[in-house]
Amino acid sequence: MKQKKKRTGRSRFMRSLPGYVFSAPALILLFVFLLLPALMALYYSFTNYYLLLPDQTKFIGTENYVRLLEDKLFLRSLGNTFLFVGLVVPLQAITALMLALLVNQKLRGIRWFRAAFIAPVMTSMVVVSILWTFIYNPTNGLANAVLDIVGLGPFEYLTSPTQAMPSIVLMSVWQGAGYQMMIFLAGLQDIPEHLYEAASIDGASTWQKFLHITLPGLRNVIVFVALITLIAATKLFIQPFVMTQGGPLDATKTLVYMVYEEGFKFRDVGYSSAIAIVFFVIVLVISIVQRKLVKETQES
Amino acid sequence: MQTILLYIVLLLLATAFLFPLLWMIVSSFKNEAQIFADLRSFKAFVPTSFSLENYHQVFARIPFLHYVWTSVLYVTLIMLFGLLVNALAAYAFARMKFKGRDVLFAIVVALIIVPFESILLPLYIVVDEFGWLNSYTGLIVPFIANAFNIFMFRQFFLNLPRELEESARIDGASTLRIFFQIVVPVSKPVFTTVGILTFITHWGDFMWPLIMTTDDRVRPLQVGMQFFFHQPPVQYGQVMAALTMATLPLLIVFIFFQRYIIQGIAQSGMKN
Repeated sequence: MKQKKKRTGRSRFMRSLPGYVFSAPALILLFVFLLLPALMALYYSFTNYYLLLPDQTKFIGTENYVRLLEDKLFLRSLGNTFLFVGLVVPLQAITALMLALLVNQKLRGIRWFRAAFIAPVMTSMVVVSILWTFIYNPTNGLANAVLDIVGLGPFEYLTSPTQAMPSIVLMSVWQGAGYQMMIFLAGLQDIPEHLYEAASIDGASTWQKFLHITLPGLRNVIVFVALITLIAATKLFIQPFVMTQGGPLDATKTLVYMVYEEGFKFRDVGYSSAIAIVFFVIVLVISIVQRKLVKETQES
Repeated sequence: MQTILLYIVLLLLATAFLFPLLWMIVSSFKNEAQIFADLRSFKAFVPTSFSLENYHQVFARIPFLHYVWTSVLYVTLIMLFGLLVNALAAYAFARMKFKGRDVLFAIVVALIIVPFESILLPLYIVVDEFGWLNSYTGLIVPFIANAFNIFMFRQFFLNLPRELEESARIDGASTLRIFFQIVVPVSKPVFTTVGILTFITHWGDFMWPLIMTTDDRVRPLQVGMQFFFHQPPVQYGQVMAALTMATLPLLIVFIFFQRYIIQGIAQSGMKN
């Protein structure tokens, strides 16, 4: 009896073996380089781990989180992150939708127009940030030179605490709109042509067709695009790092910028981890909202 | 009439989207004085002079080609290893029965949410423990496995007809052989999509290589350019030459593979 049981146990394992072998490389890598670091971040956020003094690490409970609530710089960074998100998400999504509607027409050479709108997407964010730092230069920049011709400006762009974030928003919209345009375009092409034809026969105007066919047809895509932009926008780092170093007067410091600065400049792993966890929770909440919304739209 | 209006709108918008890039390329061939002299007129977008001096200076001041080589190498390796490892795992989750499969897959899906930025510091500590700081290994290995890519592959494999593999199994082919000789060839679309997305994502990598590399030997292009940009004396023309060289090859590749790239991005968006 005993022997038999052992044998079926082993053969069940043998049957499972290919599955383990196929999935093991990915699972091990995900564990070591994603799950483990995530758990470490959570643990560190409750300690005073300081990179230069690892021996003095102590569990300090929620002290780091309490410190966050009183840290003006953190609250500023949180506010800046929300400001960026609040501006960039609607602006970029609306721009992208407009572009998608425009290039979704059967016109000669439309491919080239699409390519023009996607060109900035193919340009890396670092390149874009460096280029726009030149464009935004108050004295030797292209932006003020062009605006001067039409009698506007000059603006200070990155050197003014009130203009720096909007300037970064404008640039980010320019860079990213083409990406969402591609997703909208796919969504538009999924809307059945006969709906538009029927509406035309009923004498619907272009605006009515947009309102009653295009927008409802795109609802899932709009939710999806809004939420991926939301998550991407909360990660704002490269633009302020390259263009403003978080300045002027911390006007472009963001959550991720603080994670970087507290961790790698000040080596305060515990505190940096607490910020990282707050950041993660924000992304998590957005993701949960996304799942709920997608489920709702699928059910209705 | 409406068509003409449409073309005018499209043309204006395309100009708005292209003028920064056009300025970048045109300026890279001008000397410093010329760039600033042309600034206040349409000449800013016209090649008023042509010199390769800026390009010479870039090569003289930084190991530009080595940065490019580093980027191409590490991004390609992440992509190739990633395609293999993630597709194998996805195939296991889609087609094989093993104990704990559903729990493991649920964990993988949950991990999609974890943003890289929130694990930055612990990941640095882990990679340091392995002694991989400042190495290609440290640039590549942590990013091979990708939870979202496993998810994409699995969706695709689930939709393949089972008969595809069954006849081969009756003929006595091994699982590994079935995977490589039957499943992979019919899965080209998903491999292309995931491959392109992986390449575009990691080509733009900045934060990890920034903190992980301190040595020009393993420093990728994006980080190298950022250091060049902040390295005095800042010369517009020279920086523009570096930016142009970093961008033009990708734009040319994009024009050739436009259809696949657009499809890939659209697909990954729709699949969610």
